[in-house]
Amino acid sequence: MNYQPLNLGRWIIWSAAALLFLVAPHVFKGGFALTMLTQMGTLIIFALSYNMLLGQGGMLSFGHAVYSGLGAYAAVHVLNFVGKGVFTIPVPLLPLVGGAAGLFFGVLFGYVTTKRAGTTFALISLGIGEMVFACVLMFPGFFGGEAGVSTNRVVGQPFLGLTFGPALQVYYLVAIWCFLCMAAMFALTQTPLGRMANAVRDNPERAEFVGYNTQHVRFLQLVLASFFAGVSGALSCINFEIVSAENVSAIRSGGVLLATFIGGVPFFFGPIIGSVVFIFFVVALSGFTKAWLLYLGLFFVLMVVYAPGGIASLILMQFPVIRAGRWRELALPYALAALCALLALSGLIGIVEMVYRLSEQGANTSLTLLGLSFDARSAPPWFVFAAMLAAGLAALRVAARRVDARWGAIQLELQAKAAS
Amino acid sequence: MKNAIALQEVHKSFGTTRIILGVSLEIREGERHAIIGPNGAGKSTLFNLISGRYQLSAGRILLHDADITNLAPYEINRKGLSRSFQVTNIFHNMSVYENLRCGVLWSAGYRYSFWHRVAGLQDVRRRAEQVMEQIGLGRRRDTLAGTLTYAEQRALEIGITIAGGADVILLDEPTAGMSRSEATRVVELVRTVTQGKTLVMVEHDMGVVFDLADRISVLVYGEVLATGTPEEIRANPAVQEAYLGALHKETAAADGPHA
Repeated sequence: MNYQPLNLGRWIIWSAAALLFLVAPHVFKGGFALTMLTQMGTLIIFALSYNMLLGQGGMLSFGHAVYSGLGAYAAVHVLNFVGKGVFTIPVPLLPLVGGAAGLFFGVLFGYVTTKRAGTTFALISLGIGEMVFACVLMFPGFFGGEAGVSTNRVVGQPFLGLTFGPALQVYYLVAIWCFLCMAAMFALTQTPLGRMANAVRDNPERAEFVGYNTQHVRFLQLVLASFFAGVSGALSCINFEIVSAENVSAIRSGGVLLATFIGGVPFFFGPIIGSVVFIFFVVALSGFTKAWLLYLGLFFVLMVVYAPGGIASLILMQFPVIRAGRWRELALPYALAALCALLALSGLIGIVEMVYRLSEQGANTSLTLLGLSFDARSAPPWFVFAAMLAAGLAALRVAARRVDARWGAIQLELQAKAAS
Repeated sequence: MKNAIALQEVHKSFGTTRIILGVSLEIREGERHAIIGPNGAGKSTLFNLISGRYQLSAGRILLHDADITNLAPYEINRKGLSRSFQVTNIFHNMSVYENLRCGVLWSAGYRYSFWHRVAGLQDVRRRAEQVMEQIGLGRRRDTLAGTLTYAEQRALEIGITIAGGADVILLDEPTAGMSRSEATRVVELVRTVTQGKTLVMVEHDMGVVFDLADRISVLVYGEVLATGTPEEIRANPAVQEAYLGALHKETAAADGPHA
């Protein structure tokens, strides 16, 4: 019997997560870091809610931003009403307004989208996403057109002495909601609905023959996911103090798909990792290079091809090797592969940055990379970076084979040991 | 004796191809009823019609005198009919225990609940573990279903089918692809787990059929040729002509070179 009323490991992990939320702004200091952390918190809720569809329910949605975006619109209007003194609601409870709006639209649109599964579901979700985006632009009176609706989060009486003006207070508000939503969404995976969502994802036909209406399972899963998407939308409204058509756009829907997939769809904590990486690309990398979207796209493609289980799967697959004390055998092949990848990446970055610099009309063509200054119009840097890329890729092939061979040998030995 | 299932003039066509041509059949409560016939006779199609996988072209199907014609599979399941499949149909990415728990949850009343912690549902756990022991997979509790041996997967398939406590069980070729010893074990398993229930099974292995069934129906080209006890079916010249005789010749021919 494996039933454990108290899972100590889980308590430790969740306590560590809470501690991380608490200390993060004191470890990563500065306004920029705080901006990133706040956005990560918001995206974590959004990506986890997305994974309730994709990872747990097998529903590939191309329109999940509809629920977070409309939740954000509801929140921005309520916040403005509070600002005008029409009624009062404490700012920390505003995510509930976003959640309620997300849930409402989840019921409305989910009734249509979840009638079908698989590709049809994906296409309907795409259609509804486009429809809502068009509606947002069609009714500027409510949605504010392309400029969107702006607001001021410092409204009403301070809540327990907090005005939510300072960015640190907003961070902690996001952090508390993020932690609560993470816990709630994890708890949902452990319920009959959560388990049957997995069953419907894996084998809808069998699920029907044990008494489950697969459409109802998908519908409920989507409605609950929409609630959390709405919460994340309201938090982004508090953070940015503006909600625009971009909040419901296909770009936002695609972004959450990317973040979730990069992190790892099959694992509950995958989207958390994915959100951290995604925000790094969007916020941090975009400050350094205009090619950040290209790098993000390339990273996504590489993950899909070589690690479809995301970063989470890459981490988890090391655990049995570490437990068996065999990790040291892999350290050198890993380090060599990483060096080769770094060489290839440096070559690629050099070429991409030069292409971007040359494509800009009237821009200065001299640039500095890896501590070296050069002119993008001269030939030598092209040769050097192309050579780095080619040599890096060739060496990576060899290094990857070594990793593969060592990895395979260790796995075989571990399996033989387990069998005996 | 009351009927568990009654088929009334059931027809099924796929496009212009007629597969079931007016089948009328009564399966009594508590009996073990086998449906036999040559390949392409429509046995599996008949199962799919009864269990709601396919829609009827014409006719009616009653379950305990209630009309279940063209209901969805989950609706029919909730009325007490459960089925297994010819091709193993389990949740491959779940453990043995989780597979059986999926089979129990609806009938235990937890349905779409998102406020119960599934690990804390003692009644569900007890029932799933009881079935797990019955099907002999107690030691494989946490093994991924997809990694079980074929015979174990077939046993799990039967386990999922009976876990919800349905009183009418449809088994589609439960011993297909098994060795003689594995098939013998499955026959015993089926006999045990369907005690006091109505069992309808499609089966090619005549040894299994004549061992298990109280009554047999012979389906040939979408029509019921005969229904009766194993002795009546054996003695029926039309059945001998259309199926059993041909089957005997096939078996003899296959055995010939090895004899």
